[in-house]
Amino acid sequence: MNAFLKKEWMEWNRTGRSWILLLVFVLFGIMNPALAKLTPWLMEAFSDSLADTGLVTTAVQVDAMTSWVQFYKNIPMGLIIFILIVGGNFTAEYEKGTLIPVVTKGLSRRSILAAKAVFLYGSWTVLYAACFGITYGYNEYFWDNGIAGNLFFAVACTWLFGIWTVALLIFFSAVSKSSSQVLLGTGGTALGVYLLSMFPKLDAFLPARLLRGMELLQRVKSPEDYYANIAVVGLMVLLCMVLSVGCFNRKQL
Amino acid sequence: MEMLSLSHVSKNFGEKQVLRDVSFSVPEHTVYGFVGQNGAGKTTAMKMILGLLTVSGGEITVDGMPVRYGNTPTNRLIGYLPDVPEFYPYMTPSEYLRFCGEISGMPAKEIKSRCEELLRLVGLENEKHRIKGFSRGMKQRLGVAQALFGRPKLLICDEPTSALDPAGRKELLDILTAAKEETTVLFSTHILSDVEHICDEMAFLHEGKIALKGSLDEVRKLKKASAVTVEMEQPEATKALRQAFPFLKAAGKNSLLLEEAERLPELLHWIADRRYPVMRIERQEADLEDLFMEVVGR
Repeated sequence: MNAFLKKEWMEWNRTGRSWILLLVFVLFGIMNPALAKLTPWLMEAFSDSLADTGLVTTAVQVDAMTSWVQFYKNIPMGLIIFILIVGGNFTAEYEKGTLIPVVTKGLSRRSILAAKAVFLYGSWTVLYAACFGITYGYNEYFWDNGIAGNLFFAVACTWLFGIWTVALLIFFSAVSKSSSQVLLGTGGTALGVYLLSMFPKLDAFLPARLLRGMELLQRVKSPEDYYANIAVVGLMVLLCMVLSVGCFNRKQL
Repeated sequence: MEMLSLSHVSKNFGEKQVLRDVSFSVPEHTVYGFVGQNGAGKTTAMKMILGLLTVSGGEITVDGMPVRYGNTPTNRLIGYLPDVPEFYPYMTPSEYLRFCGEISGMPAKEIKSRCEELLRLVGLENEKHRIKGFSRGMKQRLGVAQALFGRPKLLICDEPTSALDPAGRKELLDILTAAKEETTVLFSTHILSDVEHICDEMAFLHEGKIALKGSLDEVRKLKKASAVTVEMEQPEATKALRQAFPFLKAAGKNSLLLEEAERLPELLHWIADRRYPVMRIERQEADLEDLFMEVVGR
């Protein structure tokens, strides 16, 4: 499996995937506090034109929360970009047939799946941490992060949502043939869950709540409210992985 | 000792029956030719041997071990050269071979030396560029290198010479013949001259069954006794000959075909008596192409 891990590393770097994603997430990480910092200046610059429309601008209070609001707006977009870029990880190999020499050399299918999963989960974690780390750092420098409640718990919840999405990606990659099928499956399921969570009773269990970290930061909700969601997500990730192994073993390459 | 054995193997894709009742075995240290029309099922059979396709019926064993679909331990004994080999475009040939070695658990030192050895064998030792820019022929050569890398007991090649120019083809056939010392080779093709050149045994796949199989000599004997071509220098002599022996068939300018080779001495007598100058008397060895046409029913 080590050999395949090395190969995945080479692939991520040489195809530029890792660089593009790093760039995107670092940019987001910088944009969050940057936008917050610029808000008063922007308001001032546009105060005249806004006054024409009847809006009066008063002094705007900017603090770490403004930046965190941006973070929670940008992270779902970051996740979508991530999924779009890595979506073809498995299916590109099916289409080209590059897994055939590997499998016929005796490398087990489970090792292949494991190596790819390591990279997918790992890269999401690294990129997410980079984005969070940069935003946190700037926020500490300019303002004070203390005003945000349960910050690390909230951040971990959103990370977990990303993990759940990656688990879906892996599962759909194990059963589908083309990258469009994978993306449709992953996106469709995520959207479906999001829509279902509009029902308050279901929301208590579905993963979508994990994305709404702002409620934790603003102390509207407390960590206990999220335990059920976390448990369900954990189970779903496990289920996805188990099913993926089984399906990938039987897949016609 | 049989390196590969297929026993009453059948395969259907839904309603389409591709292989009906295929049985043949490949002895160790031979080059075995697997011949058939396009779409006969050669690639399907090979994929089943590699555990890439499920078997609808029958059994396949490699070196005595049964082949299973999916993860099959028999693959550690096999080197496979696909008909259109595809590799990771962002790697160089030596990186790719190193990757192959690492997958099979070879020690690093051995990987390095084997890498150099095989790249030299296939003529890619000076290639430092990535596989992305490779021509089909170069990919084919890398394919041979990766197939032979782990010193497999069985080398399976799917139409290995189809993409190569005549020089490349000769090189590849030489490599396959040399490989016979260390391994057993099974290759599929419809270039019959390749089969004639290097195969010890062969099998003809037609309509899902093995129509003919055996050693090259045995298979050639199956054709009707060979014909003789007689070419005379003068057209009058040809005409006279034809009149004297009506069973002769016309075969081009001044040439006649004698199908019953036993009657040749009669002809020779007649020609000698009249002292007609002869251009050429040639015995046609039964060639595989005729046999192929016969099997296929044309």
